[in-house]
Amino acid sequence: MSDTDQTMAVLTTQDGVPLKVSIRRALRAQKIRALLLVAPLFLFILLSFVAPIADMLFRSVENDIVPNTLPQTVVAIELWDENSGELPGEDVYAALAADLQVATKSKTHTRVGSRLNYEKPGTSSLFRKTGRRVNKFEDGNYKEQFLKADKKWGDVEYWQVIKRFSSPLTGGYFLAASDAERTADGVQLKAEDERIYLLLFGRTLMLSITITASCILLGYPIAWLLASLPLRSSNLLMILVLLPFWTSLLVRTSAWKVLLQQQGVINDTLVWLGIVGDESRLALINNQTGTIIAMTHILLPFMILPLFSVMKTISPTYMRAAKSMGATDWYAFWRVYFPQTIPGIGAGSILVFILSIGYYITPELVGGTSGIFISNRIAYHISSSLNWGLAAALGVMLLVLVMTLYWLYDRIVGIDNVKLG
Amino acid sequence: MTTERGASVKFDKVQKSYDGEVLVVKDLNLDIEKGEFLTMLGPSGSGKTTCLMMLAGFEPASHGEIYLNEKPINNVPPHKRGVGMVFQNYALFPHMTVAENLAFPLQVRNMGKAEQEAKVKRALEMVELPQFGSRRPAQLSGGQQQRVAVARALVFDPDLILMDEPLGALDKQLREQMQYEIKHIHENLGVTVVYVTHDQTEALTMSDRVAVFNDGVIQQLSPPDELYETPQNSFVAQFIGENNKLNGTVTAINGNICDVKLADGTMMKADKVNVAAVGDATTLSLRPERVEIIVADGMENSITGHIEELIYLGDHIRVRMSVAGNPEFVVKVRNRAGEQKLAEGQDIKIGWFASDCKALDPVG
Ligand SMILES: Nc1ncnc2c1ncn2[C@@H]1O[C@H](COP(=O)(O)OP(=O)(O)OP(=O)(O)O)[C@@H](O)[C@H]1O
Ligand SMILES: [Mg+2]
Repeated sequence: MSDTDQTMAVLTTQDGVPLKVSIRRALRAQKIRALLLVAPLFLFILLSFVAPIADMLFRSVENDIVPNTLPQTVVAIELWDENSGELPGEDVYAALAADLQVATKSKTHTRVGSRLNYEKPGTSSLFRKTGRRVNKFEDGNYKEQFLKADKKWGDVEYWQVIKRFSSPLTGGYFLAASDAERTADGVQLKAEDERIYLLLFGRTLMLSITITASCILLGYPIAWLLASLPLRSSNLLMILVLLPFWTSLLVRTSAWKVLLQQQGVINDTLVWLGIVGDESRLALINNQTGTIIAMTHILLPFMILPLFSVMKTISPTYMRAAKSMGATDWYAFWRVYFPQTIPGIGAGSILVFILSIGYYITPELVGGTSGIFISNRIAYHISSSLNWGLAAALGVMLLVLVMTLYWLYDRIVGIDNVKLG
Repeated sequence: MTTERGASVKFDKVQKSYDGEVLVVKDLNLDIEKGEFLTMLGPSGSGKTTCLMMLAGFEPASHGEIYLNEKPINNVPPHKRGVGMVFQNYALFPHMTVAENLAFPLQVRNMGKAEQEAKVKRALEMVELPQFGSRRPAQLSGGQQQRVAVARALVFDPDLILMDEPLGALDKQLREQMQYEIKHIHENLGVTVVYVTHDQTEALTMSDRVAVFNDGVIQQLSPPDELYETPQNSFVAQFIGENNKLNGTVTAINGNICDVKLADGTMMKADKVNVAAVGDATTLSLRPERVEIIVADGMENSITGHIEELIYLGDHIRVRMSVAGNPEFVVKVRNRAGEQKLAEGQDIKIGWFASDCKALDPVG
């Protein structure tokens, strides 16, 4: 290394500064300016997007409420063998009493109760009930007093739950999110009829694929028309395509309710035309059909726009050239035009698919129970059940799923093959 | 030189309008013989591409009939016409390799794999790109792409090949080389070629006949030498080669020769080409190399000019002078030893033969 340094003459500027150093110095000002220009947006994204999401995702494994609220218990229970089938010793009861006496002052004992309630129903009421009595406990003989306050304290399972969730990090939310639970024989899937999340993930995936496919089928001809019409008419058509963007999402979705319900416009028309009988009106809403129809409509522009911008760059002379060589319209389309639009299909599909896999409002409004997505479940845990840890775990899984699919797409189709214009 | 292969083309009273208001092609009558190399030459917007598109079947004729090998083809769709076409921007399919591009017209015809490969190979050899079969068009230079485009138009053995400004994007040297190669291919295969360009040198060097277009009308249809030597009207005279204009009025007509009085009163004798009667306004057209600064015996015309500018070009000297009120009158003087010395500001006598001076329709 040093040999080569000595033998290789270092290029210098006229005043003896090495050329590379000099270039770096000259470029530094430019770099700083570029950084300064980017800085506001970077900070904004960091504070308003990256940080909250990171925090949210962290909640999927976070569990410090138990060790924070019950610090002495967590230490004492460490030595107890949860598989022995026996209740913990007096020292553990004493520690819990001390912890609860502190916790009741700040009312945090109910929070621990609700946290552990996700794992073992009944824990919430147990903690609330005990919290009311614990301050009247006398010194000594805590075990007896606990059992008197609530006989659930004599059930090993509650103690097992406390022990299992005594560490500050937990995989419990992820287990729950993948319909699994930890039993005495290790991790196992829940009983068939209790699995909901895997089903929801599967359904979200299937519906998103269906929606993407119908967007391709409906969007391709429109994009082609847009790209081949003269400018004036294509502008008008483009406005029609963009019109949905100018109306509120809620309004559009509600409009679908009006159209699709059993007494709605579409069913009325079909009945009037005699295509379906009055007693056998089609169920078009509050099920998967409703979700597919409404979401295809809402996401269609995201398919049309990239397709259009790719088609716009394909010169009509290609088709003419193909025809001059004897190809029929269909053959020329299939061999010459279509392959060149694949990057547009790719771009549109990624957009539509990723948007739809995380969609929330529309399935919520028109999906009923069979047409809801995983994100509706996440929203439920965020705002109704307040089980943020589980919501976060579901979110992480959704994120990983999307990234995996993206990676697969890159492997199979190639991400360079995506063109937005 | 096998002339059996070519196709004949006939445009019969063809008119074309895109918008129903303006005729882009007005009354086109044109016979193209088997094996002929015909060039359509004209300024931008004169309707050349439109004619080609009608012939290839991509634009319908608004009126009139087009015949291919004596059969009317107005109702034949493009893919059944069997016309090879080289587009201005080559139109090579970007998602296929060169070999796949060449095989395309053969696949359309359901040709066997082995035969396809043989034909593609032969076509690539013909345009001297045998090792480029597996490349994408984007990986070729402009000239190479152009040759592939020619090969693709030829590979399915069409009898008629249309080329729309195929060399427009190339630099001068490559262009000349390609002109030679296209001409060579034409001579070897004996196909009929309809070639569009707005480069007059290209038209003059390559064609059997040139159709000069302007404003949707063929101004003149002649072999290249006739086009230059005997232009039929002022547009052709000005469009092809360099040309001096002198405006005047016809005062007498004697057979093929007419007398013309120039604006400054000078009388000239000129070849009567495109004037009808005594009293008509006319523009005299005169090539710069046909004007002599030593008036020879028997020259019908002579006049004094004022030298404005001398441009030394080695083999000849361009002399710009004012003649009969025209300050843009150019004379090419050969650079010979012992020639008289010319100087700017000098007045000299110049002269030309009446046969070199064409009396054409008047222009501004
Ligand atoms: N698709 C079209 N719709 C309407 N007008 C057209 C169309 N194509 C051509 N034109 C008009 O027809 C006229 C002739 O066009 P054309 O393309 O035949 O000219 P050209 O001789 O090939 O010119 P260039 O040398 O520039 O290629 C032009 O005035 C043009 O504006
Ligand atoms: Mg043109």
